[in-house]
Amino acid sequence: MQPFDAVIIGAGIVGSAVARECALAGWRVGVVEGGTPGSGATGAGMGHLVVMDDSPAQLALTAYSRSLWRQQSERLPKSVEYESCGTIWVAADDEEMAEVTSRQKIYENAGVPAEILTASQLAAAEPNLRSGLAGGLLVPGDAVVYPPAAAGCYLTEARGLGAEVFLARAVSASQGEVLLSDGVRLVAKRIVLAVGAECDLLPSLPIQKRKGHLVITDRYPGFLRHQLVELGYLKSAHKVTEDSVAFNIQPRQTGQLLLGSSRQYGNEEREVDADVLRQMIERARQYMPGLQNLSVLRAWTGFRAATADKLPLIGPATGLSDDASLWLAAGFEGLGITNAPGAARLLVNAMLGRESAIDAEPYLPARMLEPARLSHA
Amino acid sequence: MMRTEVLVIGAGPAGIAAATAAAANGREVILLDDNPAPGGQIWRESIAHANGVGMKQRALDLLRRSGAQILPGHSVFAADASGTVQTLQETSIATRVDEFRFEKLILATGARERFLPFPGWTLPGVLGAGGLQALVRSGYSIVGKRVIVAGTGPLLLAVAAHLAEDGAVVAGVLEQAPLGQMLPFAMSLLSDPAKLMQGAGYRRKLWKTPYRTGSWIVEAIAGNDGRSLAAVRITDGARTWSEPCDLLACGYHLIPNTQIAELLGCQLRGSFVEVDASQRTSLENVFCAGEPTGIAGLEAALVQGEIAGLACAGRPTAALRQRGAAARAFGVRMEKAFALRKELRSLPRADTIVCRCEDVAFGDLQHRTGWTDAKLQTRCGMGPCQGRVCGPAVEHLLGWRPVSVRQPLSPVPLEALCLQGETADIGHND
Amino acid sequence: MPDFISVTINGTPNRVARGTSIAAAMLLAAQPNRISITGQPRSALCGMGICFECSAVVNGTPHRRTCQIQCEPDMTVETDR
Repeated sequence: MQPFDAVIIGAGIVGSAVARECALAGWRVGVVEGGTPGSGATGAGMGHLVVMDDSPAQLALTAYSRSLWRQQSERLPKSVEYESCGTIWVAADDEEMAEVTSRQKIYENAGVPAEILTASQLAAAEPNLRSGLAGGLLVPGDAVVYPPAAAGCYLTEARGLGAEVFLARAVSASQGEVLLSDGVRLVAKRIVLAVGAECDLLPSLPIQKRKGHLVITDRYPGFLRHQLVELGYLKSAHKVTEDSVAFNIQPRQTGQLLLGSSRQYGNEEREVDADVLRQMIERARQYMPGLQNLSVLRAWTGFRAATADKLPLIGPATGLSDDASLWLAAGFEGLGITNAPGAARLLVNAMLGRESAIDAEPYLPARMLEPARLSHA
Repeated sequence: MMRTEVLVIGAGPAGIAAATAAAANGREVILLDDNPAPGGQIWRESIAHANGVGMKQRALDLLRRSGAQILPGHSVFAADASGTVQTLQETSIATRVDEFRFEKLILATGARERFLPFPGWTLPGVLGAGGLQALVRSGYSIVGKRVIVAGTGPLLLAVAAHLAEDGAVVAGVLEQAPLGQMLPFAMSLLSDPAKLMQGAGYRRKLWKTPYRTGSWIVEAIAGNDGRSLAAVRITDGARTWSEPCDLLACGYHLIPNTQIAELLGCQLRGSFVEVDASQRTSLENVFCAGEPTGIAGLEAALVQGEIAGLACAGRPTAALRQRGAAARAFGVRMEKAFALRKELRSLPRADTIVCRCEDVAFGDLQHRTGWTDAKLQTRCGMGPCQGRVCGPAVEHLLGWRPVSVRQPLSPVPLEALCLQGETADIGHND
Repeated sequence: MPDFISVTINGTPNRVARGTSIAAAMLLAAQPNRISITGQPRSALCGMGICFECSAVVNGTPHRRTCQIQCEPDMTVETDR
């Protein structure tokens, strides 16, 4: 078999987006997927396209990547269910409302339209929220997609441009060689690890699994119009050692509601944790009491790939490994869907030695070796 | 929360026999069922008249005298092998979640019909064979309606006879199995007086009705408004013809209900729950009786239920082994007799719906790589029925076995999920 | 002889025998239980609470399995859209 310019391990949303960018650059591309494409972290997630400002670097990446989604949205097939429903960050009290005000300025300065909603405007925007909330921040450009279809769409495009997909598990990937579980050996100038929360191919990968729960309801068109996130979500996402829940709910195009969220550490059990589920639901009921009577079809878990500083690893694996052929597109925590196209662009530009539209430095894997990086961002 | 020694899930013949045996032998027993009254499918309560009088009535009398506590209207949505089960009760005004703790569990969850897709099968007027019978029993009058009964299995004749008794004009019974394939099974019935009588009874009620073997439905055709059934197209492999009808009762034998067993982690053998001679599953405190262990009919359900109940009560079951073996042998003969012909795999067209909950057509599924890929990319099996209808259809058409069973086993109100779990708090952000 | 009760189906009162399931009542009234996501009319298929084709709106609550629920006096039932 002829050598590849790049072999991407993982055909989830990130791996597929990278494969597509590599193929667009005219490269000979291979994609390796050991399970069903999109069935890992991609299939477990919510598909929220959100600008997140928990740090300037996160704000830059999510805003950039979200704009790429918007550019692509018109030509995405219906199955991707791209819906520009926007996000409302919900403030429960005056303290959170003050946060809303300061965040609105941050968004505006970053060129991301965001509008403050008073208590009555919030109630008008989302009648099923309980009364007595303080208001919120509406980010109209945020959207929702159906992640497995989006990943499938990227992969199909990559295939259309000549990428080859190998449905087998990568047993080893180093020094320009990928060995598959069916005995096939791929030779590549570059190997990209886009493996969600699975780290066995590179044990030094500084990624921790962070378990999450989701619940999906039957169809209730009109019950919810925007994705809703409680302001406490950011604090939850930030906790390094404690388990937590935070209210987060999304309307799908089908009229079904997708409810989250939870974060657990050091728990690698796939099973739904009844206690965590209960906490998550009770949190949600505090914001939307009407939820309790809705019919639930399924509950499931997934693992996010978390890094110590909450930013993904995009770039050469230098510092984490002395293997010059290894590149990383990993550690996206809860922003894998949002950041996939942006990360793919950044990575391929880095591989081509080209400048990117945003500064790629904050996401370089080598930063993980610097002691300063390992504390909270 | 209710505690018991023996919890029986399913109040059809197997569950009734199991609960009776365990309770009559001194165990504390609770019998749960999701229908408003015990009886399951074959002994479903009828609004119009008492049915299956002798045997059913005797079984219910014994049950009531055994001391078992009968709790209808409970639908099991969660279960844990460590000894708990959660149920949902829904009335027109309230929803209630209950938890049951057991020492021993007997699963008598029965079977459901297998539905195979064909063009037009989603039209109002097309129902399962057992499905139409169940609806007639719950008040749907079919007096004067022209019905065709089709598919495969012994259920077809039983249903056709009951429908005729209820006033329908049964215009035909179509059995897909070729006569030669069914003969060994039919011959074995001749040596069983009870079954002979039953067969004779059917023939009497259906003496005017053409019974065709080796024939099946290829299409259900709508009337002028496009909204309900008006005719069906039938084939015998050589010629194809149309028959007008108001209703089509079509089912392709039975699929075991193994969802609770799978959720608990019981070992399966193929599609069935694996059990030993005492009806014990691979889990020490879980037993299974009746159709989930093998589709074998009423006698098998009664014997196996009794064995499981006795085993839970610590009583010997050897006396029943012979009856049990005979009933299982009957099941094996039945399975061979009604094996599905290959033509049934080519019935759907590209636009024929396969997953009815999510309106996924056959054409959307054909090029997928397997069940997981199909679920992720088309949502097949992700609707409220959780793959109970489309799962067997997909397995038949494409050879993919549906993967893992998760709770909730059926849709429940969100608040029902809150009533599970300990009360220990984990942090949220204040 | 069973006594009769009145249930309203898609705005029209219907007289049914007490003990009749809602799904049976809707079949008698020739009203589909639900409209599928691509707009097809659907009625009960399995009769035993498994297929969810009989889902309808009962007293304002959507997605109720009508083959498992008996009619009650003055119930209102609508096709689930």
